[in-house]
Parts: sequence; structure tokens; C-alpha cells
Amino acid sequence: MQDILLVSDLSKTYASGFSALRNIHLAIRRGEIFALLGPNGAGKTTLISIICGIVNPSTGTVLVNGHDIIRDYRAARSMIGLVPQELSTDAFETVWATVSFSRGLFGKPADPGHIEKVLKALSLWDKKDQKIITLSGGMKRRLMIAKALSHEPQLLFLDEPTAGVDVVLRRDMWELVRTLRDTGVTIILTTHYIDEAEEMADRIGVIHKGEIILVDDKSELMRKLGRKQLVLQLQQTLKQVPSELSAYALELSNDGCELTYTYDTQSERIGIVALLKDLNDAGILFKDLRTTESSLEDIFVSLVRDDQ
Amino acid sequence: MNIHAIRAIYTFEMARTWRTLMQSIISPVISTSLYFVVFGAAIGSRIPEVGGVSYGTFIVPGLVMLSLLTQSISNASFGIYFPKFTGTIYELLSAPISYVEIVLSYVGAAATKSIILGLIILATAYLFVPLHIDHPFWMILFLVLTAVTFSLVGFIIGIWADGFEKLQVVPLLIITPLTFLGGSFYSIDMLPPFWQKVALFNPVVYLVSGFRWSFYGLSDVSIALSLAMTMAFLIISLTIVAWMFRTGYRLKS
Repeated sequence: MQDILLVSDLSKTYASGFSALRNIHLAIRRGEIFALLGPNGAGKTTLISIICGIVNPSTGTVLVNGHDIIRDYRAARSMIGLVPQELSTDAFETVWATVSFSRGLFGKPADPGHIEKVLKALSLWDKKDQKIITLSGGMKRRLMIAKALSHEPQLLFLDEPTAGVDVVLRRDMWELVRTLRDTGVTIILTTHYIDEAEEMADRIGVIHKGEIILVDDKSELMRKLGRKQLVLQLQQTLKQVPSELSAYALELSNDGCELTYTYDTQSERIGIVALLKDLNDAGILFKDLRTTESSLEDIFVSLVRDDQ
Repeated sequence: MNIHAIRAIYTFEMARTWRTLMQSIISPVISTSLYFVVFGAAIGSRIPEVGGVSYGTFIVPGLVMLSLLTQSISNASFGIYFPKFTGTIYELLSAPISYVEIVLSYVGAAATKSIILGLIILATAYLFVPLHIDHPFWMILFLVLTAVTFSLVGFIIGIWADGFEKLQVVPLLIITPLTFLGGSFYSIDMLPPFWQKVALFNPVVYLVSGFRWSFYGLSDVSIALSLAMTMAFLIISLTIVAWMFRTGYRLKS
């Protein structure tokens, strides 16, 4: 099936000379949850803003469901819902009025039934006649999502949806995103919380200093870059690692009670069996062992650090 | 044409008007009444008739113009500046809506409000002085053209302004002096010859003159010139707005 979003050779240099994006290529599959991961200032918001028409691209093209965002902006934009990072609302309007306004703005005829459905899904139905100024931060965040969903978009951008949101609400937000995906909406979310991407995304893209340095399936990414560690708890403390075991690059803990072996799950020879045998031969006995897997966070930190 | 969007913005803007209706109406009605008390009764009674109409009656078109200009500018500049200030402009920029549609809806709503106010002021004036309108069609035409033109000016100011001070400074430093010196309270032939020449560089003179002609058949400059100048301001404003949108001036980086 055709990709719902196709970004080709996109670059953005601001008037100040700051190069925010460089040669971005990105294809988003219909119906997936895609997490765009990157530190602050990496270019996540600029990329979204260009796709949504808020910032002009310097070079490159963006196709939304085959529609060019500049030549065919009406068709392209009417498919997109945007929830920006900032909670920008018309404080003195009611919830109902502002969500209805958004629907009209995106060229859809009034449909009270749909607005009702959206407000109910976001637990805002009982607040529909309240002025926005009276809502809590979490409710405002949900209201922003309601506005973005008011015109039944096929592609939803969530720019840091859980920034400044408490733990419970964060869980709710994740749940909501999954529910939306189940209704067929493609979701692109930006975050700098790794666990969020790990929890929700089907695929992950890492953006750093205006360049996409990696795009992959989440599981694939974790498998590919995942490093595992085997930690052995020794029966007797060790002063130093015997020289005949130097090939394994073992790390000995300060108290001499633990030996750590780091290995790559991708390599042909993992070496655990050989290691255990060699340990036995060397007369080093252990009473317990455990393995740990690196998280997406470790992967991310190592990626960004390598690049510097 | 995204009719739904135009309707959404227009209704949204007018909702703000209705919500603030009392303050939007009361203040111009009070200030107009004060003008009549001061200029119409207190001072006006000592001023002879101008071109066959009493001074109180003479200043009515000028007063309506005065409010129309200031209200058009403040409505339209606030209407587009406020979303920029609160950040809700993101939605407008990301919507499938053309620049023409944005201008139509924002300027249309601002002009509607100031036309309503202009008519209310006219009705208030009617309570104080005898009024007659010789050319109602022209009266409405000047009313609408002026409201639209100055709503466009307000829209330009609203996009240009990056703070509330700037929103105030143009109306305060440029528009108010121009309207006061634009013949609202006098016929320019009351001025010394040199200042009569200077007054002809003031665009407001043409608006007031044409508008007053539609009431009493009295004008400082010919009606054709008034209309031509009004249209010229309209076209200049439209050109600036078109340029702003084409370049994304202060809206898009």
C-alpha cells in the first residue's frame, strides 16, 4: 500500500542561517505508530511544522497520501491533525465551540454527532459547555487532541503529547493513542522520553542535529543494537581477572564479587559456553548469574554520543 | 473555496463581538454623545452654519467616520493579533484554507462589526440633531468601502505587530491625528490656504468629504475624487496583505 507520508530530501535553513533540518528522507506506513525520537532542538518540531504547513521548507518535497503539501495543500492538510507541544487555546471559548470551530476550519460540514463522539472518547463530554480557561492542564491537552480529531484526520501528529503530564494521565494518553491507531489513524509522535517510544511505537526514527540518523522497527532496532550482559556472582572474591581469560574483556566489580561479560546478540559466536568452560578450567566458581538487556535509552544515548 | 472554514472563522469572530457587545457599543455611543454635548451644543451653538447646515448636523458624518476608522482598525488588528499572541495561529496556518479565505473571513467580521457600530452611532446622532441623507446608496457604499479598507489596514497592523504596544502605536500616532485633521469637525476651506494644501495629502479628508457629501451634498473635494481615493487605499491595502501572505511575513518562517 502507498505510504501515507513521504518526505524526500527535505532541508530547512532559517533566515538566521541556522540549519534545522538536513536532507530528511522519511516514509511513514499507513496505520502505524511512528515515534520520532531526539534530544531537544534536534529538529522534531520543525519537521512536523513543515509537514503541517506552518513552516516553509527550504528544499525538498512532502507528499501526504500522494498530495504535495504545497501544490495540493488543501487535500494534503485536510488529512492531517496536529496536536502541538504548546497548550495554545482560546481561553474564553467553550470546549464545544472551539472543537466545532476546528472542524469547520478544516473544511468539514458541522457534525454534532462526531464532535460528541470525540469529546466522549477524550472524557471531555461533561466539560463541553465550560470555558477553556477553567480546565486543568491535562484536560487542555486532551482538548487539543479533540480539536485535532474534529475533522477525522488520517494522519495525526502528536508533538510531545506527554510533556508535563502526570504518570496516570500519561498511561491514559498511551491507551488513547493505541485506540486511535485501532480506528485506522496513522500516528506520528515526537518524544524525548525513550520509554514512551519503547512502550508505544511500531517503528522508531532517531533525529539528531537535523538529520535522521536511524529508522527501524522497534523490535528490530532493539535486537540489532541490543547488547546483553552476563553478570556472574562469584563464590570467592577475585583480585584480578586471570590472564588466560583476557580475550573475553571481562569486568571485575570493585569488591571482586562480580564478573561482567558484555556480548552482542548479533554476533555469530556469543561465547557464553566457551566462557563458562574456561572459567571452570581456571577454577573460578560462581553461585549465581543473570543477564541484562540494554534498553532503548542505552541505544539512543550511544547513538547520539557516537555522532558527536 | 473552503466555505466551511470562512463560516467558522467569521462566526467565531462575530461570537467575540456579541460577547463583548455591550462594551463595544456603549463606549462609542457615550463618546459620540459627549462630542454632541461639547461640539454640538456647547461650542456648536456659537459656530455659524456650515454650507447651510447647523454645526451639530455638519459634524455627524465626520463623527461616524472617526468611529468607523478606529473601530475597523482595532477590531481587525486584534482579531488576527490575538491568535498570534496565544499561539492558536498554528491551527489557522495548518488548515486547508487559502490566504484569500483568511482575509475574507477576518476582515469581513471586523468590517461587519464596525459597520454595525457606525449605524448605531448614526442612530445616536439622530437623537441629538436633525439629519437627512441625500444619497443613501452612496452613504452605504462609503460606509462599507471605508470599513473594509480600514479593517484591511488593521489586519496588516495585527500581522506586523509583535507586541501589544505596537498594536496601539499605529492607531495612536498615525490614525488618530489623521482623523482629527481629516475634516471631521470642520470643512477644510475653514483652514488657512497653506494648510488646505497640506490637508489634501491626508487620505481621511477624502473619506470624510465623500461621506459628508452623501448626507448633505456638501464636499471639500469632488465625489469622484473621493471615491477614486477610497478605492486607491483599498487597493494599496490589498496589495500589502497579498505581499505579506506571499512572503509569509511574520507568519511563517
